[in-house]
Amino acid sequence: MVELGKKVMAGDVRSASRLIRNIEDNLPGAKQEIRKIFPYTGKAHVVGLTGPPGAGKSTLTDELIRCFRRKGKTVGVLAVDPSSPFTGGAILGDRIRMQRHAEDPGVFVRSLATRGTMGGLSKAAGDAIHVMDAMGKDIVMVETVGIGQQEVEIIHHAHTVLVVLVPGMGDEIQAIKAGVMEIGDIFVINKAHREGAGKLFKEITAMLDMGPREPGAWRPPIVMVESVAEPHEFERCVDELSDKIEAHYQYLVNTNQLGDRQRRRSLAEINAAVRDAILETVLRRLVADGELDRMVEKALNKESDPYTLAEQVAERYLGGSKASMPVAE
Amino acid sequence: MSERKIRVMVAKPGLDGHDRGARVLARCFRDAGFEVIYTGCHQTPEQCASAAIQEDVDMLGLSCLSGAHRYLFPQVAKLLKEQGADDIVLVGGGIIPDQDFQPLYDAGFKAIFTPGTPLDTIVDWIKTNVKPRS
Amino acid sequence: MFTKELLDQSSLLRQKWEDEVRRTIEKNPDLKPRWTTVSDLEIKRLYTPEDIKDMDFARDIGYPGQFPFLRGNQVTGYRGKYWTFRMFSGMGTAAQTNERWHLLLKGGQTGLSTAFDFPTLMGYDTDSPKARGECGKCGVAIDTIEDFLTLVEGIPMDKISTSMTINPPATVLWAMYLATAQIKGIPLEKLAGTIQNDMLKEFIAQKTLMCPPEPSVKLISDTVEFGTKYVPKWNTISISGYHIREAGSTAVQELAFTLRDGMEYVEDVIRRKGLHVDEFAPRLSFFFNAHIDFFEEIAKLRAARRIWAKAMRDRYGSTNERSWWMRFHTQTAGCSLTAQQPYNNVVRTAVEALAAVLGGTQSLHTNSLDEVLCLPSDHAVEIALRTQQILAEETGVANTIDPLAGSYFVEALTNEMEEKAWEYIHKIDEMGGMIAAIEKGFPQMEIADAAYTFQKQIDAGEKVMVGVNKYISEKEYPIPFLEIDDSVELEQIERLNAVRRKRDSRKVRECLDDIRNACKKGENVMPYCIEAVKNYCTVQEICDVYREVYGEYRDPGLY
Repeated sequence: MVELGKKVMAGDVRSASRLIRNIEDNLPGAKQEIRKIFPYTGKAHVVGLTGPPGAGKSTLTDELIRCFRRKGKTVGVLAVDPSSPFTGGAILGDRIRMQRHAEDPGVFVRSLATRGTMGGLSKAAGDAIHVMDAMGKDIVMVETVGIGQQEVEIIHHAHTVLVVLVPGMGDEIQAIKAGVMEIGDIFVINKAHREGAGKLFKEITAMLDMGPREPGAWRPPIVMVESVAEPHEFERCVDELSDKIEAHYQYLVNTNQLGDRQRRRSLAEINAAVRDAILETVLRRLVADGELDRMVEKALNKESDPYTLAEQVAERYLGGSKASMPVAE
Repeated sequence: MSERKIRVMVAKPGLDGHDRGARVLARCFRDAGFEVIYTGCHQTPEQCASAAIQEDVDMLGLSCLSGAHRYLFPQVAKLLKEQGADDIVLVGGGIIPDQDFQPLYDAGFKAIFTPGTPLDTIVDWIKTNVKPRS
Repeated sequence: MFTKELLDQSSLLRQKWEDEVRRTIEKNPDLKPRWTTVSDLEIKRLYTPEDIKDMDFARDIGYPGQFPFLRGNQVTGYRGKYWTFRMFSGMGTAAQTNERWHLLLKGGQTGLSTAFDFPTLMGYDTDSPKARGECGKCGVAIDTIEDFLTLVEGIPMDKISTSMTINPPATVLWAMYLATAQIKGIPLEKLAGTIQNDMLKEFIAQKTLMCPPEPSVKLISDTVEFGTKYVPKWNTISISGYHIREAGSTAVQELAFTLRDGMEYVEDVIRRKGLHVDEFAPRLSFFFNAHIDFFEEIAKLRAARRIWAKAMRDRYGSTNERSWWMRFHTQTAGCSLTAQQPYNNVVRTAVEALAAVLGGTQSLHTNSLDEVLCLPSDHAVEIALRTQQILAEETGVANTIDPLAGSYFVEALTNEMEEKAWEYIHKIDEMGGMIAAIEKGFPQMEIADAAYTFQKQIDAGEKVMVGVNKYISEKEYPIPFLEIDDSVELEQIERLNAVRRKRDSRKVRECLDDIRNACKKGENVMPYCIEAVKNYCTVQEICDVYREVYGEYRDPGLY
């Protein structure tokens, strides 16, 4: 494992995938490797794709890979699928749609299971992005789970967020609007041959018109993508989409907003890391000395309550007032 | 607090589309608590090998019912070896006559499962013989 | 169907019997709590007149050759002609398959049926990188018309009907058949046979894929139109449930998805080609699986005829009785065979074949005992063929038409299958048709669920496969293997290269351009395909044009 970080930076797929695996599995030493590569990250354009299941995200990702490759860019893809809450197992099926690129050394597709993480990504996603970034991938696409409206985690990681929708979802659009519409930098109406595409277009437009927008600010474009059953039309639409993605990145660069996005990402990462660092250490000790069991007993017997118990723990381990607790969301 | 998970890939090299077994196994592996990557049908040996490496799987299961396993299976083994990934446990399944077992073992396959093998047998075999690598 | 008096009587007797049953099972409990078909359909202990009391004899049962054709299309049943003994065969090179065909015809087989190898089935030439290791393994390798001429050498094409199991490249292989006939001076209207040419079930089940669903159906409609005009005795589609079942569906799913596929084709030809339903519907044929659950299969086949007749008459306004006929080929279930104790497969196949015959099939393939292990040996094929001959000529099952009609159980089960099939059909209608349902993954997921359920039942011992999860024996009786030598691939590539060397490349390019233009303009490709194969265009060259114009469809890998 010692050399993993170095090999990753040399672009070695096997080491990169292994390092991602070690992060997923929370192996000791994995974070050390991330530390080594971290200074070399920050070059890749991270593109998130989110939207409901069945919206065609994987097929779209597959076609975007083709577009970016044609433009000479190397591509990494992280495809997240849900783990079963019952067995912990998962079928990671997104890569099926991207298998035609499997033999292309300029493309690296890695599937991730959520392993219980909410928000549409996996806990390892952030570091996995760093790994692909450090490998030198020009574009890193992150495809979220696609289960519902709470998929906002992606904004902490991506420079450009695509919200992929399909016509004919009925009332679902309302729920999705409430959750993910604010985060889109680009909207995609996929399978635009279907009835209701025009209506969806109007709805998104109306929503975009609602908020105030400063002059010169980015107005999220809405890209209509034809059915994959019309391959030539589909290709043309996705070509256009890939241009819009690049234009958005250029906009971020030109308006010095890229830094804001980076800052947003760093903040989220530090947040998570701090929580992990403190919580994990504390929990491990509580379990090891049997304190956790005793606390459960106290709560059961109504001798105490969860809040008091937590405060006592914080007092003991953080050694100060509540004010010095790390800020949790 | 490490949380090791077994990752397996179910791949269908070759042109045959008889994926009933492969898909039943993918579900069965999920229910056994593994993380499963399924490739879909019609994969070349190159696609199988490179996907297995990109996904860092512990085991690669190949399914073929057309008789082309005699070329396709050893080809995948060879490609993995060339890329230094022969520590991925290789298993095969499908319509595979007895006399082909030994050549496949020689090529690096650790087990061959033919039609009628209970799912539990396969899951147990994996739990015993496949460990997450580090 | 019964008098009130009879039903009252039955009801009284039934109550008495039910009391007895209760008492008996207290002392002697049933062997298992649920008694189900192989498709997990629950079956009652006893069926009585009350189970079919709502049936109307004339409306629901009737006579052979009369609507709703529950009892068969042929007024004379099997007395005028047994079902066609049609054994599916093909392996190695065209010459090897031709040899097997002559052997089968000498043995009393009455129709030919071609298995192609995977590269041919998928529209690749033998020298394509994707074809490596596959040549001749599961069928015969055909690259050019030269192979085809070898394949039919000495076969009386004007007398014997030939079935070709070919789907994405069906236009190409059929063009080869037609061109070969023309070369031999046989008029097209004399040719009889079938091309499977059913892409919908490929997306649903078998995954022999090339182009997306929409253009795939367009190519199929081209063949229907061409056949209607020039090859009137040819069945241009064999709408297949066989593969749906092999993929793990239930009997009801097989029935429903197959018939709904059929409706999709009918609607496409009417819409796209402007033909009247009665111009082409008489040439549509079907292909079902005969699985191991005896009565369920008989009920399925009987229900299939009745549903199709109703659909044709009432849904499409057909007035020609021939359109109402559902004509079908049946094959015994490959997935019911076991690699363990393979000789038991002879028994399974015999029972399945009997179900197909009692269900009124027009044509039958019986699997060979070794098919789950390898390509069938000559001896195994002979036993399979003899199985059909024993059924036809020794057992007496062909003596009378639809002998199970009127059975409380069989009629009730037939009704149940029909009802459940219509439920699926209506559900798919609501989704916007079969292509839309396939795009949603609906039939695929229904089948995957059924397959997984069945496998878990086998593993739990709730369902039995003798030799697999019960009555396992250590002793093995070896089966002689037929294997295709890997050298076949090199020989075939050599033959292909020889054709490429001698043909007129300029002419080849022109022919392919013509097909490309026809595709782009939406013209019927068949005349251009015939011209192209005569000029030695290969299977892949033509299919590559389709892929280029229509796009390539890859397995979405639903699980």
